[in-house]
Amino acid sequence: MVNFTLNGRETTFDGDPDTPLLWVIRDAERLTGTKYGCGIAQCGACTVHVDGMTARSCITPISALEGSSVTTIEAIDGPEAKAVQAAWSAIDVPQCGYCQSGQIMSAVSLLQFNPAPSDDDIDGAMVGNICRCATYKRIRQAIHDAAKTLEG
Amino acid sequence: MGIETIRPSRRAFLAGTGLVIGMTLVGRQAGADLLQGVPQDAGGQQAALNAFVRVAPDGTVTVLSKHLEMGQGPYTGLTTIVAEELDADWSQMRAAAAPADDDVYKNLAFGLQGTGGSTSIANSYEQLRKAGATAKAMLVAAAAKDWGVAAGEISVEKGRIRHQGSGKEAGFGDFAEKAAQMEPPAEVQLKDPKDFVLIGQDRHKLDTDEKTNGKAIFTLDVLADDMLIAMVAHSAHFGATVKSFDDSQARSIPGVVDVKQVPQGVAVYAENTFAALKGRAALRIEWDLSKAETRSSEQIYDDYRAAMKGDSFEATNRGDVDQALTTEGITSMDTEIVFPFLAHAPMEPLDAVLMQRDDGSIDCYNGSQFPGQDKAAIADVCGVDASKVRINVQLAGGSFGRRAQFGSPYMREAAAVFKASGMKRPVKHMWTREDDIRGGFYRPIYVHSIRGAVDKDGNIAGWDHTIVGQSIMNKDELDDTTVEGTADMPYAISNLRVVAHQPKLGVPVLWWRSVGHTHTAFAVETFIDRLLEQGGKDPVEGRLALLQDSPRHVGVLQKVAEIADWGAPLADGRQRGVAVHKSFDTYVAEIAEVSLGEGGLPRVHKVWCAVDCGVAVNPNIIHAQMEGGIGYGLGAILFDSIDLGDGGAVRQSNFNDYRSLRINEMPEVEVAIIQSSEAPTGVGEPGVPPIGPAVANAWRRLTGRPVQQLPLTSGLVA
Repeated sequence: MVNFTLNGRETTFDGDPDTPLLWVIRDAERLTGTKYGCGIAQCGACTVHVDGMTARSCITPISALEGSSVTTIEAIDGPEAKAVQAAWSAIDVPQCGYCQSGQIMSAVSLLQFNPAPSDDDIDGAMVGNICRCATYKRIRQAIHDAAKTLEG
Repeated sequence: MGIETIRPSRRAFLAGTGLVIGMTLVGRQAGADLLQGVPQDAGGQQAALNAFVRVAPDGTVTVLSKHLEMGQGPYTGLTTIVAEELDADWSQMRAAAAPADDDVYKNLAFGLQGTGGSTSIANSYEQLRKAGATAKAMLVAAAAKDWGVAAGEISVEKGRIRHQGSGKEAGFGDFAEKAAQMEPPAEVQLKDPKDFVLIGQDRHKLDTDEKTNGKAIFTLDVLADDMLIAMVAHSAHFGATVKSFDDSQARSIPGVVDVKQVPQGVAVYAENTFAALKGRAALRIEWDLSKAETRSSEQIYDDYRAAMKGDSFEATNRGDVDQALTTEGITSMDTEIVFPFLAHAPMEPLDAVLMQRDDGSIDCYNGSQFPGQDKAAIADVCGVDASKVRINVQLAGGSFGRRAQFGSPYMREAAAVFKASGMKRPVKHMWTREDDIRGGFYRPIYVHSIRGAVDKDGNIAGWDHTIVGQSIMNKDELDDTTVEGTADMPYAISNLRVVAHQPKLGVPVLWWRSVGHTHTAFAVETFIDRLLEQGGKDPVEGRLALLQDSPRHVGVLQKVAEIADWGAPLADGRQRGVAVHKSFDTYVAEIAEVSLGEGGLPRVHKVWCAVDCGVAVNPNIIHAQMEGGIGYGLGAILFDSIDLGDGGAVRQSNFNDYRSLRINEMPEVEVAIIQSSEAPTGVGEPGVPPIGPAVANAWRRLTGRPVQQLPLTSGLVA
């Protein structure tokens, strides 16, 4: 039995404690914005925030999350999240869109820690998120745009 | 090619009483057990003005896309075309997936419903302009009747219907239902392109918002009550079959419900995904390899070299190549270029949800690229009539060709798994990334052997080109996809011969974003670059001189040279390469600037791209497809190879050893679109072919080494 907070709601999981957070979110909680892409922390499609830090939910066993607070794309909020999602929308970043929840979770976290990232900072924070449609040019642009919005 | 679909009988079938064409969709939506996955806008009180256009009472117009949205933008592009002729306001436009119907929603380039070959806009352009114009005429006719005025006195602008004389005005929603009962006009007048308001302008994509807030539903996100998760254990060898298996450990895992053998392997059914993964891993399977492909990639390359001595298919043979290549005073050059298998690796691996209704009919939810084929496969495997199978097309998390399979082999697996389950509970069948990387249907291995020569004046004297590779279309005669882009190369070369050998191999292959052009553009554009260099000619000027009969090649090449400022001095340690190639009737030229990066690997700094795709329906999407095509192609030529190891098992398994381009490796991209009034052509694939040779040509100038084995980094130490 694992007790944790999911998107601000007290949640209990009493299945296999080895179950990766990704499948708890998707199968048990039926929140499908967080995606499966590789299962081995190579692509970042499953990125969520755990206690304010990005985590690859596909390799994070639920047993490690007792008392933790998990946020997914469905509940992401705050000035950075708003700025990122607005920037994503303004320049039509997504193509197929499947990886974009993970991209956005990583980008929001980057801006929370570094409100004015350089290109190298963006590379460092986003290198773990694969986009097979290669929307990287617009991802980079949208992060810079969001940073400008936050600057006011 | 008109809208055959609005002839009366067809229209009656589609429109029923003039209301919703998707009655069955609405009925199913009311069913209890599907929780998530019915396409948005599928139901509701919408009047069908024809097979493609529905208008709701609030004036919202929904365009039914006969083409799969997999990121390449048809929902927005096709909707733009309809909205233009309908004189709608963009804000009232929506898009939804059309149901599976090989007749009504056929791709006019294929003859059946399907998305591929960069045809979505090209084949739909006239059809959807007419659909929009017809719908407008019916709305106007309904208004004229109601107002008692002549239709010719009514104007439509930005979604408003107006009659100046009487001052009457209405929205589309006010006349939707009445318009649906009007007889569609036999002929409609289409706009003069100079009067276009929406086409040719940047337009936001209709599916962007739901793809930035986690609400977009892909097949993996389809949820049904009581749904099982199923996975199949496959062999690492192509052509292997199950000899025996022990499922006792798998069955002991909590959540595992059942284990069944299917033709493709052994299926595990579980209450949740993790149990299915654990259950599958716990299976012990003995495979029968007696009919399997057991050669390694290296052996296949050698066999292909040997095959060049055998009989070949002649694709083109002009002039006298043998004589041209033996004339005295020429300088000849030979090359071999080896292309590995490539996996498509879309972000969303293949998946499908199948469920059976009480009446025996079956619903399938999937990102279907050939819905009619999928329907037939399910009907055949599950033993029901095709009329009792419904395909509910979902957004697809990428494809790059992977989801378009004649005969639907993937769907046959999903259906076999569903059938073997007893079809009592909904089943979500999913592939893992490992299934995807090892699952075959690759871009084939190709080995090219080219011999060419320049004469004493530096002009190309002759070109003799041999290609060996499996026929993607499984043909016993020449398969155009083996030689497209080579046999029809646009250069004025008097002595040219192209032949092909198409050996059979036990590895299933498939088109991969840009099909034959993935290898032919590379071979032609790197070899001509070497011949031009040998002849002392500039890569751009030398090409232009040979392209005088092809003004659209010239147009993109000149444009890309202009925006890249070709010929300007470069920073130390950098070199540029150029390539130009037509695919799917779209012309693209690219210039890549490259340096030697960390560990001696190529670093691509910037790519300039010029594209001529006729009328630019939505420049925003064209830019996006060029940017994405460049990134997708670049990742493959730099890093990717699927290799069969000794014994024939696939070596790679996931994104750790089948690399994808990452953000730090993405070059800057600058795109210019050629203004054109030619009919629009596709943009999903044509950005891909030039990037490989452009980078390889720069690399050769940088290092002195021509690229003869892909990926480019093979043999380089990181």
